Amino acid sequence: MASILSTRNIIKTFGGLVAINDFSLEIPEGSISSVIGPNGAGKTTFFNCVTGFYKVDAGMILFNGAPIQNQRTDIVTRLGISRTYQNIRLFANMSAIENILVGQHPRLKTFWGEAIWKSKRFQEEEAVALEEARRLIKFVGLQGLGDQVARNLPYGAQRRLEIARALASQPKLLLLDEPTAGMNPNETGEMTHFIKHLRDELGITILLIEHDMRVVMGISDQVTVLDYGSKIAEGKPKDIQNNPRVIEAYLGRGAASGLKSGKAK
Amino acid sequence: MKTIDWKTAIRNGLVGGVIALYFSMIGMVEAFSGRNLIGDFFNMGHLLLFGGVLAAGILTARAHKEASVGINAFSSLVAGLAAGIPTTLLILLANNVELQSVFVSVNRTLLALLTFERGMSGLGLFFLATSLIALAGGLYDSLPGVYKRTLGLSLSVVVVVAVFSNIVTQIMTTLFGRPSVRLILDGDALKPLSAAVLFVVLTGIFILREQRRVKAEKLVASGAAAIESKRASLQRQVILFVGIGILLLIAPYVLGSFLSQVLFEVGRFVLLGLGLNIVVGYAGLLDLGYVAFFAFGAYTMGILTTTGPLNQGGGLFNFWLALPIVVLVSVFFGIMLGFPVLRMRGDYLAIVTLGFGEIIRILALSDWLRPIMGGAQGVLAIPSPVFFGIKLDSPEKMYYLVLAGALLVAFVSIRLRDSRLGRQWMAMREDEDVAEAMGINLVQTKLLAFAIGAGFSGLGGAIFAARLGNIFPHSFNLLISINALSLIIVGGLGSIPGVIVGAIALVGLPELLREFQEYRLLMYGILLIVMMLNRPEGFLPAEVFKRELHAEEAELPGAEA
Repeated sequence: MASILSTRNIIKTFGGLVAINDFSLEIPEGSISSVIGPNGAGKTTFFNCVTGFYKVDAGMILFNGAPIQNQRTDIVTRLGISRTYQNIRLFANMSAIENILVGQHPRLKTFWGEAIWKSKRFQEEEAVALEEARRLIKFVGLQGLGDQVARNLPYGAQRRLEIARALASQPKLLLLDEPTAGMNPNETGEMTHFIKHLRDELGITILLIEHDMRVVMGISDQVTVLDYGSKIAEGKPKDIQNNPRVIEAYLGRGAASGLKSGKAK
Repeated sequence: MKTIDWKTAIRNGLVGGVIALYFSMIGMVEAFSGRNLIGDFFNMGHLLLFGGVLAAGILTARAHKEASVGINAFSSLVAGLAAGIPTTLLILLANNVELQSVFVSVNRTLLALLTFERGMSGLGLFFLATSLIALAGGLYDSLPGVYKRTLGLSLSVVVVVAVFSNIVTQIMTTLFGRPSVRLILDGDALKPLSAAVLFVVLTGIFILREQRRVKAEKLVASGAAAIESKRASLQRQVILFVGIGILLLIAPYVLGSFLSQVLFEVGRFVLLGLGLNIVVGYAGLLDLGYVAFFAFGAYTMGILTTTGPLNQGGGLFNFWLALPIVVLVSVFFGIMLGFPVLRMRGDYLAIVTLGFGEIIRILALSDWLRPIMGGAQGVLAIPSPVFFGIKLDSPEKMYYLVLAGALLVAFVSIRLRDSRLGRQWMAMREDEDVAEAMGINLVQTKLLAFAIGAGFSGLGGAIFAARLGNIFPHSFNLLISINALSLIIVGGLGSIPGVIVGAIALVGLPELLREFQEYRLLMYGILLIVMMLNRPEGFLPAEVFKRELHAEEAELPGAEA
């Protein structure tokens, strides 16, 4: 399978802190891949580098074979990468539909001034965009809530709306930053199904940061483990589960050896 | 509550009394007392002096929920007595100690006013007045709902008519001739009889309307009239629009020169406010140097069209030829200011733009640019625009120009707000980083906001220059920016009707109440504080703002679905 995203030896430092250290990664097209790691491992920093929000200090990021490192965020989005945030960042005072309309921005082509005389092209484009927004609202299961102001939506709905907004630009690669954070087991299960459904239905490659191991192990084709900015393991979920370095990173050295001896018994 | 709540009553009363004391000591009561409202016994000073007391009486009675009329009346009487205390202390103190060296406004005239020109025996009268007024407030609050609403409304209307009697005078003079004015007005004040007649007639009208409303509600409740009422409301909207349109068109004929000038001022600030509304209200870029673009517009128009010593165009340009150039120049400078502040947010942006506005004013004053901009002498002899042979040289005629400008700008604002660009601006206002992650080009979006806002402001400046004929650097001080910002905040950020209401309230009303002029900024301050505390989203908020700031009241329909 061809890689849709590949990073080659990227380094990102903040002053003396090395947030990402010589990190390389290949994301196969059409896969669901996960990046896991303890708090502060550099997962979100990695997302910020991919989307161009942070400039990398060294290394390359290739999207469909073309370098995108240090591009402006809006250009990266136009190329087909879109993301959600760990702490939901919707446009809180705009309605759900409007949030999705903003998400469709890269696809709208008419000159801004045409809105003043309401050219036919403008009206058609707006009508199509609105129809698409309604469709997306339904697709993520929020029908009837489209006119609610985003901040008034319940937590789970906000997560879904954020995904709908990210989908609105019709991305080829979707970055989800902890999509199940703060959800109960029921909601987490639904979200897991939904993510799978996204890949199967729309054929979008998905890269997610996730802490819930049941989610990670349940849907990932490939798992990458980060610790202190470095990759410490990569592979199929079940390989990762038994990797001693991963256990050590999560639970500490003593726990890792304890687990091993426990297994031996 | 069955018993009287002494604490609330006394506290409310004291607050009302302190308000009266405050207005007295800053000299407003004295300044306003010369302006009679009804006959020669009720003037605007009284309004300031006893307005707070009346409110104290009403609020005290309201605090005693479901109490008997007696308790309501007694508690408000207590509040009224308490309200007399602060001012009485002032009178006693002023009679024994020389206060005027510290508090300039506490003079003989004020004391005479407060004691009803009866010396110390007037003290009792003052107490009597506060108690009676608070008692009236308390009794008023005990009235049944319908009467409370209608009486309160018609009383307010009578007072408003009396306060703005100059408008009434003007309209009646135009419509019925000068003698008709003397029938109901005595100088600036309403005659007591005409005030009483007006009050009774208004009350009658309001009660009739109330009854009809109740009947209509019953019909709607029965469901029979649902479709009919929808159609009727549409009809009413059309009638309202046509009515407002006609009023706007005939306004200068009915209102005469002075009031047309006031309308012109309001229109000028509507133009400014709508431009600033795009920058601050939609795009969320706090711009305190907005007056700079107004100055660019005015100066460009002045320099291009002047027939005075600074004449550069050789009389080549008239108003209409210069207008597009003015707008383009303003847009250009809007972009020029935009570039250096692209990376700035919030407070930093505000400070830099503040500096920018001052730089422009000082440049206009400077000797360096004197050959072009005229320095302190400004640009003189800017000709009035000529529209198909009609010279627009009076406030009545210029009013149409500013009206056309405001309508155009409002139209463009609405269209842009409901488009992709409007959504870009609002997304940027909500969260700049996320907006960029949605593929929005922040540079372009910000520059467009600055450019369009500047263009609107420049248009306002051009009309301003053509109206005045002469422009000077001091016409473009920081106060203009602050005025424009205050009016969009008071009206409601991001709301176009809000800008209009804000301009009327903050620009129109002070022009009408000439007594206010000296206290204009004080009133701004009070109004802004009260607004921020009680209605932070403004008089006529944009939909989303209202939902944001009253989120605790907002329902969550289907939230659990």
